[in-house]
Amino acid sequence: MQKLNSKIPAGPLAEKWSRHKAAINVVSPANKRKLEIIVVGTGLGGASAAASLAELGYNVKAFCYQDSPRRAHSIAAQGGINAAKNYQNDNDSIFRLFYDTVKGGDYRAREANVYRLAEVSPNIIDQCVAQGVPFAREYGGLLDNRSFGGVLVSRTFYARGQTGQQLLLGAYQALNRQISKGNVKMYSRHEMLDVVVKDGKARGIIARDMVTGEIKRFGAHAVVIATGGYGNVFFLSTMAMGANGSAAWQCYKKGAMFANPSFVQIHPTCIPVHGSQQSKLTLMSESLRNDGRVWVPKKLEDAQKLREGKIGPNDIPDEDRDFYLERRYPSYGNLVPRDVASRAAKERCDAGYGVNPEGKAVYLDFKYSIERLGKKVIEARYGNLFQMYEKITDADPYKEPMMIYPAIHYAMGGVWVDYNLMTTIPGLYAIGEANFSDHGANRLGASALMQGLADGYFILPYTIGDYLAGEIMTPKVDVNAPEFEAAEKEVTDRLYKLFNVKGTRTVDYFHKELGHIMWDYVGMSRNEEGLKKAISGIQKLREEFWADVKIPGELNNLNPELEKAGRLADFFDIGELMARDALLRNESCGGHFREESVTEDGEAMRNDEKYAHVSIWEYLGEKKEPALHIEPLVFENVKLSQRSYK
Amino acid sequence: MADKILKKLYIKVWRQNNAQDKGRFETYEIENVSTGSSFLEMMDILNNNLIEKGIDPVAFDHDCREGICGICSMFINGRPHGPDSAVTTCQLHMRKFNDGDTITVEPWRAAAFPVIKDLVVDRTAFDKILQAGGFVSVNTGGVPDGNAILISRDDAEEAMDAAACIGCGACVAACKNSSAMLFVAAKVSHLAKLPQGRIEAKARARNMVARMDELGFGGCTNTGACEAECPKSISISHIARLNREYLVAKFSE
Amino acid sequence: MSNFFTASIGRKFLMSITGLFLMLFILVHLTINLLLIFDDSGDLFNKGAHFMATNPAVKIMEPILGLGFLIHIIWSFLISWENWKARPVKYNKQDLSKASSWSSRNMLILGALVLVFLVIHLYNFYLKIKITGSPLLEHTNVGGVDMENTYNLVSSLFIGNWFYSLLYVAGGILLGLHVIHGFWSSFQTIGLNNQIWMKRLQTIAWVYAVVVAVGFSVIPLYFLIKF
Repeated sequence: MQKLNSKIPAGPLAEKWSRHKAAINVVSPANKRKLEIIVVGTGLGGASAAASLAELGYNVKAFCYQDSPRRAHSIAAQGGINAAKNYQNDNDSIFRLFYDTVKGGDYRAREANVYRLAEVSPNIIDQCVAQGVPFAREYGGLLDNRSFGGVLVSRTFYARGQTGQQLLLGAYQALNRQISKGNVKMYSRHEMLDVVVKDGKARGIIARDMVTGEIKRFGAHAVVIATGGYGNVFFLSTMAMGANGSAAWQCYKKGAMFANPSFVQIHPTCIPVHGSQQSKLTLMSESLRNDGRVWVPKKLEDAQKLREGKIGPNDIPDEDRDFYLERRYPSYGNLVPRDVASRAAKERCDAGYGVNPEGKAVYLDFKYSIERLGKKVIEARYGNLFQMYEKITDADPYKEPMMIYPAIHYAMGGVWVDYNLMTTIPGLYAIGEANFSDHGANRLGASALMQGLADGYFILPYTIGDYLAGEIMTPKVDVNAPEFEAAEKEVTDRLYKLFNVKGTRTVDYFHKELGHIMWDYVGMSRNEEGLKKAISGIQKLREEFWADVKIPGELNNLNPELEKAGRLADFFDIGELMARDALLRNESCGGHFREESVTEDGEAMRNDEKYAHVSIWEYLGEKKEPALHIEPLVFENVKLSQRSYK
Repeated sequence: MADKILKKLYIKVWRQNNAQDKGRFETYEIENVSTGSSFLEMMDILNNNLIEKGIDPVAFDHDCREGICGICSMFINGRPHGPDSAVTTCQLHMRKFNDGDTITVEPWRAAAFPVIKDLVVDRTAFDKILQAGGFVSVNTGGVPDGNAILISRDDAEEAMDAAACIGCGACVAACKNSSAMLFVAAKVSHLAKLPQGRIEAKARARNMVARMDELGFGGCTNTGACEAECPKSISISHIARLNREYLVAKFSE
Repeated sequence: MSNFFTASIGRKFLMSITGLFLMLFILVHLTINLLLIFDDSGDLFNKGAHFMATNPAVKIMEPILGLGFLIHIIWSFLISWENWKARPVKYNKQDLSKASSWSSRNMLILGALVLVFLVIHLYNFYLKIKITGSPLLEHTNVGGVDMENTYNLVSSLFIGNWFYSLLYVAGGILLGLHVIHGFWSSFQTIGLNNQIWMKRLQTIAWVYAVVVAVGFSVIPLYFLIKF
């Protein structure tokens, strides 16, 4: 258990971070020049970390699988970024942001980490403004804020519906500046395939040049994983097509423990799946629920007719519509948190009230707001979202209700890290969505961007120095060391093995199958029987995959199918671990809903006595069951209470 | 409105195994595509068919599939991102096509965007241009409060109009001169409209244009095709601002 | 200013400045030419032509004008060559019709046709007036001043001559098409444009182009039809 020291500093919550900063080691400028750091992933976390570390004087190598660091999926975040600026004078504070985040995470996050996140959040806004991020402004020239789900203050900064894009471009610009200065060497279209551990410390990575297929070795004094979440294990999600959990998984297999894998977030307002050809789900901003009313028909026969296309939604009179969120949660109504809204939609559809041909959609109706506020107001608020919806579905949401359905959106779980963001492998760090630390069992809206940038700009650049101060005598890492050779061989052997299966089924076939298992049994609603089925189902599917997958093309060329196959091979393992984790956590908290743990009226019920902890998994070898460790969560500053939205 | 099925389509697509390969067009038949599918989903189906027949699938860039990452880059029936306006290829839907159509799919064509494989091109030239000055030289930390400098709403909005660029390269692909002026203008204009960016405005305009020229992009002849084909509808008025910024910078050196 | 004239924007700047200068010249030229149709005796035009031929300011401007033409023409080929090189592999199928106007895409062709016309035009008039002389130019006396009868030279080219009349009409229209893009484009290139002025400049460009095309076409048609 020595490995699992969370290193949370002693002292009062509000002083932990400053005390810690004062206590940790610092590397001198002369020594920084001698040290190398690898950063994998160039989203908000990776790009901001790579740029900030290079500014400090470290030699940075940055990697991304896309053609440019600017493409990372942080770019798709729409709504905004939270910060405890209290610009609106509405009594916001660091403590309030901290409190909201811990509560929103259903009390499954570390207090100290979350408080630090809230503490550095105002600096993020200042930094981004200085970089030229065009945040929305008031007429007087001050920064504008909007409110977001689950909180009582306006603390969300935004740049139209493209906040993630603008923040990422800010970080990308800072990264570009360091690339032009030669402080960062950028490797685009490179995919990390293994982390190299030497003498118990992370010393480099093995990466594949995706254009030539060449397997390359890269050495460094520390490695930072900023590779995002593993939501694509579900096949259909709002994640980018290339987003994957492989980098994190390779770290896991080399000894970095994995925390809370079962905690994934499901977003209630996505455009529903149509047919079987769909590859990707599109998110519609959560803000739509401010003015839209969610409903399904009251009568089963109406739902049946809707599915068959015999009637349209406007043929159903108001008295035959079931506004189920308003019915079940009169006080919050359509504005219940994401997990509650998602489950309620699934419940109605499972009961046979789904309204699209697949039976997996509910209505989000703007008729009532248009009647109340006029079309102009609605157009001003949601014009581009409505247009996007129409482009995709060919239906006009001004005239008939939108169809929505929940989809996988974010992974709260991830690589376990201590207060320094270091994993259980010394010298290996995980930041942003790739780690587990800040969002507990459910992430609040507009907090993902905050966490990525907090880690990259303001936390990792300090904490990594504490480790690297002990490495200043370590010479440049020799990539000809046997450990690199062994890691490269392992990678090459695996690729050969995959490529030479020469089976009959495509990678997508297996991915879709895995997605079905995950969605049905490890999705929005989980139970013991289903989770056990999932574990055996995944194991069986994995065997089939390794025996029957067909990968065309060449090993030494751009080969998207090969890339997909490698990622999918890890998704099987991740999916299995998710199911295991979900099975052991017999409580309902945040995004994790166990049917066995509900109140009398069917609402989620947490079990703080048994499960107020982080579940941490240790890899013990192929075909061996992983070991479970526990990090108890201590709450000294917030009072645990059952969430209620009735 | 209800999705229909396109019984048969002919996809005439550029095949090129690598940068050295000469390349050629191949035409593939594809059956039963829903009009509700996106163009890229149609390509997925095509690729699955090809894999089943033992043919190397068509390589194409795609990632976010919601119109913001800017990686998708197909020249479809003579237009970048195909026959719809203000969309990327991933947002283009098959309802824009008719049963029996032959759809010509080509990679972006420009000296500065060499083909890597099939429809995948190398757009690192864009990164290089931005590395020449598309940033504000501030380190992390030590910056003033976000509200310390007031910025008029109009300026912030216009900066945002330009900053919306997703770096897809449709402007270059559409331009008869393969000019990158709209891309460069978007970044120069975005930063020029903000007080934080003004400080380095001259050097930025000079260096980014010099880099753009070195990389083999053509010059702008103001045809406006870039704006018309830009998935984010970025206005060529930003090119006027770039010209202004550049001339002022050059005349003052 | 280093490398200014070889940079892409610098080259375009030269095109724009010379273009604006030429468009100013065209306006002056058209104004004088229109005198042709307001006085059938020819005196008015001859006075105008005489004024232009003897005015020292015009004499100074003449070589500058020539230089303007030369730079505008040479640079246009240079720029087009550079731009052509920027896409070594062409598209198999390209549809620019929805994205840009025909004239904006074909400035080189329009310009080259205008150049062909210009050569003929110089042969018809400039060569005879300035160098070789012509019996048609025999001196006339307007208000006591002895001057060349340029009116006679011009009118006799068009009267009863379908070929030249239509050629000059075509020249006017080609020029109009060339400047309909060239006019607002010059302002855009020197940075004098924004979202508000874009529409205004394009409107002015349209008006200017119509004036030029109609103005120059009217003259040969006038002589062809009236006489």
